[in-house]
Amino acid sequence: MSNAHMTEPRTTGRRLIDLVPHIVLIVGVLIFAFPIYVTLIGSTWDAATIGRGSLPMTPGAEAWTNYSQAWSESHGERASYTPVRLMLMNSLIMALSIAVGKIAISILSAYAVAFFRFPLRMVFFWMIFITLMLPVEVRIIPTYKVVADLGMIDSYAGLAIPLIASATATLLFRQFFLTIPDELVEAAKIDGAGPLRFFFDILLPLSKTNIAALFVILFIYGWNQYLWPLLVTNSADMETIVIGITKMIGTGEAANDWNLIMATTVMAMLPPVAVVVFMQRWFIKGLVDSEK
Amino acid sequence: MATVEIKNVRKSYGPVEAIKGIDIAIQDGEFLVLLGPSGCGKSTLLRMVAGLESITGGQVVIGGRVVNDLEPKDRDIAMVFQNYALYPHMSVFDNMAYGLKIRGVDKAEIESRVAKAAEILELGRFLTRRPSQLSGGQRQRVAMGRAIVREPAAFLFDEPLSNLDAKLRTQMRIEIKRLQDRLGITSLYVTHDQVEAMTLADRVLVMNHGVAEQIGTPLEVYQRPASLFVAGFIGSPPMNVLDAVIDPSGQGVMMPGGALLPLARPRPSDANRPVKLGIRPEHLAINEDGLDTSPVLVELVEALGADTVVYGRLPDGEPLLIRMSGLPSCKEGDRLAVAPQPGALHLFDTATGRRLED
Repeated sequence: MSNAHMTEPRTTGRRLIDLVPHIVLIVGVLIFAFPIYVTLIGSTWDAATIGRGSLPMTPGAEAWTNYSQAWSESHGERASYTPVRLMLMNSLIMALSIAVGKIAISILSAYAVAFFRFPLRMVFFWMIFITLMLPVEVRIIPTYKVVADLGMIDSYAGLAIPLIASATATLLFRQFFLTIPDELVEAAKIDGAGPLRFFFDILLPLSKTNIAALFVILFIYGWNQYLWPLLVTNSADMETIVIGITKMIGTGEAANDWNLIMATTVMAMLPPVAVVVFMQRWFIKGLVDSEK
Repeated sequence: MATVEIKNVRKSYGPVEAIKGIDIAIQDGEFLVLLGPSGCGKSTLLRMVAGLESITGGQVVIGGRVVNDLEPKDRDIAMVFQNYALYPHMSVFDNMAYGLKIRGVDKAEIESRVAKAAEILELGRFLTRRPSQLSGGQRQRVAMGRAIVREPAAFLFDEPLSNLDAKLRTQMRIEIKRLQDRLGITSLYVTHDQVEAMTLADRVLVMNHGVAEQIGTPLEVYQRPASLFVAGFIGSPPMNVLDAVIDPSGQGVMMPGGALLPLARPRPSDANRPVKLGIRPEHLAINEDGLDTSPVLVELVEALGADTVVYGRLPDGEPLLIRMSGLPSCKEGDRLAVAPQPGALHLFDTATGRRLED
């Protein structure tokens, strides 16, 4: 930038122009952050205070009671629930199985499609590709039928397995594998690495940032699943946290334990936030650069 | 250490024949350079020896063993690639050690071999670094280290210096030459750079369109090119090629302008035969002994310091390159009387382009 430009005195008009984006951003943050703030505050007051419809904007004194009650007890003052402890465990198992399963399956199928010549290779590739057009919602009835016939209703397997196949992740890995130079593959061949060794010694370490980025996305995808867990779980012991919250709110006819709902919601947010925070460095690296 | 024999090796991609039967036996410890323009099949031939490309016909024999159906890892060869092909996530040490680890060589042995290779290649300080932290020349040295530690029967080099800048290329060329002299491992080296070929090779295999045009020592290839292609490809600036006719007595060749150049050995049997006459620019000199030659019009003079290249034109319009040592003694627009040094004429058949032996 030229010096003349740098030293040019800033007019009021310019300052205003600089201010506008800031204001827009601040307003945006407030819109997103305010409901979370209300939830946090709500989880620290008793049910009666919230029920009156005039929630104070400052923290109350009931935090410990609310959180411990939601965490471990199966009933509030007005209704009975599944304890958060159990629901978090269910959600965690489901989200982890989905994320790990999706990555494992898609990295292997991408490996096959990208590196091996076999009959009908492109047919299989297109079959994977076409499943992108068939999200869970579209195939939910037949999938339910299959899972029910296999006796997997109310099981972790039933929750996770139908969601594990992933065309998106397969395509992402395939694209990444195609950027790996042929000569690297050939060098490994000459060094004596067979297909499995090449996969574990070279491909997997090179893919780790991609794996990390996908893990974050897929974990949150799994965590937020609603429709499928709703169908496939009947017993309260198998409820996931997203289902649990919805059930707590009820139909509007029964009275709600708003204090417990708020506490449950806050706890439901924590694992995805933790995953993002802990894996942020890798996540961004995976999205932005590729170390080759 | 071993011999490598290539016996009538062919390669077809569908109906297209890329390699049309190459035969050569490479001696133990010999440095063979495969030289040719892009697309001549030299890399394909090397990759067939490596086992990275299937062999359509013929045999590749390494150390007395037919390796046609063996995997690359079982052929006892090591290869150095143009883009180095180092494992980006491994340290320099691990890059060199990887092939040995897979082969189950014990740890102490691996460490001593890598240490030895690192010493030869002056990589000792870099063993813990990643390839991305090294310069191009250092990376290429690591790639060579990876080949050396394997102690293979043969080294295969696929244009290893093409990604380096000119200065580094010269330096690495000398290093490769020294290394091969020291280790005495049979080597096949693919390049399109004639300087690399001339300086490194014990023998050069000049390829064009999947055919071996000539196999010989660098000086044979330069002094007695077997075909017009070789004559044009080796030497810089390239050889002048003119249409000429053997004179009726067979004692000399008639230039288009009528000048008569004496032949070192008369060819009475070829009297009146039209030929292609090749004269290297460096074998032309300003005529001082009064021979009857055509005056050359000087169009451009390139002074390179040690040499001067003159772009001239013969009276009939044919271009003629002349390379003289030292500073220019003529300028644009001059007319020079030039004549070839005695015995520096190359005659080629007009139809086949093959050399007419003298």
